[in-house]
Amino acid sequence: MAAPTTLPSALADATRDESSLRRFLHGLPGVDQVGVEQRAAGLGTRSIKKASKLHAIDLAISMVDLTTLEGADTHGKVRSLAAKARRPDPDRPDVPQVAAVCVYPDMVKTAADDLVGTGINVASVATAFPSGRSTMDIKLADTRFAVEQGASEVDMVIDRGAFLSGRYGQVFEEIVKIKEACGDAHLKVILETGELVTYDNVRRASWLALLAGGDFIKTSTGKVQPAATLPVTHVMLQAVRDWKDQTGELRGVKPAGGIRTTKDAIKYLVAVHEVAGREWLDPHLFRFGASTLLNDLLMQRRTQLDGHYSGPDYVTVD
Amino acid sequence: MWEYAPAPESRDIANLKPNYKMFVDGEFVEGTGEPLKTINPATEEVLAEVSTASESDVDTAVKAARKAYDRVWSKMPGSERAKYIYRIARQIQERGRELAVLESLDNGKPIKESRDTDVPTAASHFFYHAGWADKLGYAGYGPDPRPLGVAGQVIPWNFPLLMAAWKIAPALACGNTVVLKPAETTPLTALVLADIIQQCDLPPGVVNIIPGAGDVGAALVGHADVNKVAFTGSTDVGKVIQGQLAGTNKKLTLELGGKAANIVFDDAPLDQAVEGIVNGIFFNQGHVCCAGSRLLVQESIADELLEKLHARVSTLRVGDPLDKNTDVGAINSREQLTKIQELTASGEAEGATRWTSSCPLPDKGFFFAPTVFSGVSQAMRIAREEIFGPVLSVLTFRTPEEAVAKANNTPYGLSAGIWTEKGSRILWMAQRMRAGVVWSNTFNRFDPTAPFGGYQESGFGREGGRTGLEAYLDV
Repeated sequence: MAAPTTLPSALADATRDESSLRRFLHGLPGVDQVGVEQRAAGLGTRSIKKASKLHAIDLAISMVDLTTLEGADTHGKVRSLAAKARRPDPDRPDVPQVAAVCVYPDMVKTAADDLVGTGINVASVATAFPSGRSTMDIKLADTRFAVEQGASEVDMVIDRGAFLSGRYGQVFEEIVKIKEACGDAHLKVILETGELVTYDNVRRASWLALLAGGDFIKTSTGKVQPAATLPVTHVMLQAVRDWKDQTGELRGVKPAGGIRTTKDAIKYLVAVHEVAGREWLDPHLFRFGASTLLNDLLMQRRTQLDGHYSGPDYVTVD
Repeated sequence: MWEYAPAPESRDIANLKPNYKMFVDGEFVEGTGEPLKTINPATEEVLAEVSTASESDVDTAVKAARKAYDRVWSKMPGSERAKYIYRIARQIQERGRELAVLESLDNGKPIKESRDTDVPTAASHFFYHAGWADKLGYAGYGPDPRPLGVAGQVIPWNFPLLMAAWKIAPALACGNTVVLKPAETTPLTALVLADIIQQCDLPPGVVNIIPGAGDVGAALVGHADVNKVAFTGSTDVGKVIQGQLAGTNKKLTLELGGKAANIVFDDAPLDQAVEGIVNGIFFNQGHVCCAGSRLLVQESIADELLEKLHARVSTLRVGDPLDKNTDVGAINSREQLTKIQELTASGEAEGATRWTSSCPLPDKGFFFAPTVFSGVSQAMRIAREEIFGPVLSVLTFRTPEEAVAKANNTPYGLSAGIWTEKGSRILWMAQRMRAGVVWSNTFNRFDPTAPFGGYQESGFGREGGRTGLEAYLDV
């Protein structure tokens, strides 16, 4: 086992071998369920109004990974999603672009061709998404294919079975190898927190992914319930903050699945702001994995600017 | 940069009136004492003029309470009393926003606390005790426990409405009548509660509310026809009352000061411990008798914890109590602010290391930035005396035994907090804490079903729960 970057000695030691890794992960402070849920609910009562709301809406739009991950996806569907990503609200050219379009590997080329020169990233899920149940060779091939097709971001899934049975070394090695296979592409590591269940596990998996070199830690595939929740995201934000305190490096967080309204998105931004810190209020360090969220953000944006509600017929369905 | 725009709750909701009268024998009447002016501590503006009781008004109120006790309330079946108490609880909920805004205006506490804690908990005390009114025979005090008579109650300014609820609800449920004196600086919500009581058609004289300063309180607790005295406030005044009542047959409960230890072990859930520490000392500007004002942290994690704590405290938003995003509001009075300043100065003079949040403070009003003292020793005043403000003293310990010794090394004994993931240690510690309330892996949680009260100079008697009924029954 080898740490992918130069780490402070305490963290480098953690990745020396399987038993060191286990000791490190189990030595992390526990997460108290009642406490973290109370804190998340408390921050959820922040009242974000007027200019700060408009700013939050534009920020949230610029953080969206506009996603379609369905068996029924077609090239046409992906093209219309790419068009939406470029101009989320056709009537309002001042609306920011989204951060990325997120698709399955076989749709990457279609998305990439449509997004050339826009600055919008193409993210691809990989590694036998969503279950991660396949061999390492296939997961690597899946990743390489996505990158060859033009993905600049890869959303991998961890092997939850290995994690839950305590084979942390295996999960670590998989992330390290996938990261290698990504080349210059950014790696988001999906923990699938709905299957890890406890907050202690979420914290351990977060640190495992950070140690192995993940650029982002991501809550969920969107295929398992519960997907992203506020308290889980709190735990992950705390992990990237602690990571920065210890290494000086900034890593990102991406909640995905179940965030559908502007109100929800703003609660997440408040958490980013107050748990991780201001510097994470940036599409390079925080993303929303979402599809329906974007239109609600657009409707709320119109409401803020026009002073009245419009309706779902005034935003495009793609 | 993302700044939160101001999000103030409208002060019109408070229905603020220029004048408030005292409530005696079911009517709002002018007192014959010198009227007092109550101010908004966040702006120093006068909110309203409030009439106060003179000694003869106290006598009138006690007589009204006696008459209501003898003729109506003590004879009424518990199931009937319960209906009135339920009605009060529901009315508090109905008028929750009004009460919350008024409380924040008069007291200075942030609206998110008055809205999410004070008012709902006040309603829940009435709901809870209404349930007891017809079941007192099952409370463990005999088959048909009798009430005491007239209760004289004196409450503090830190939770004006909530303390009124803590006092009035059990008294009424047990069949007593009440004369209550709210604090001089925060009389308004108690008088709105009086209005609610009037709207609920409670028989005249069952509850009387008489504003005034300490002399009114002294006249009330000293009145010969009062059977029961309940006081929440400072230890100094509590001692005077106890002396005053010695040799009388009045029943007494006192809920006084505190200097609680919040004890964090090295295996604690650190991030949540930080939240608990913040909640423990900065909730309600630290104006909490059970505040976790002494942090005892195991030496092996002290630096890490302190770093996290400073970062977290820096995010606290201090300012306009009516702003929904304010975490720490105004100090209740200039007098209290002066006391906090004086004690923090002593901390610096005695050699503790002061860290104060760099948060901006409003130009007007009484505000004090959240402050953490580290390197504190048991000998310093900031470790021994109750500051009653947003000031935390951090001490360290090495072993569980040392933690117990330091935590208990105080004349007070109201509350304690224990932070560890080890269940057996929680129980071991809780058994050894000389404190009436012990929280583990949380802090400042209040519930009407849980008895609350202290040891030693923190007072005696319990409020809330089955145990709390004893204070209002002849047992």
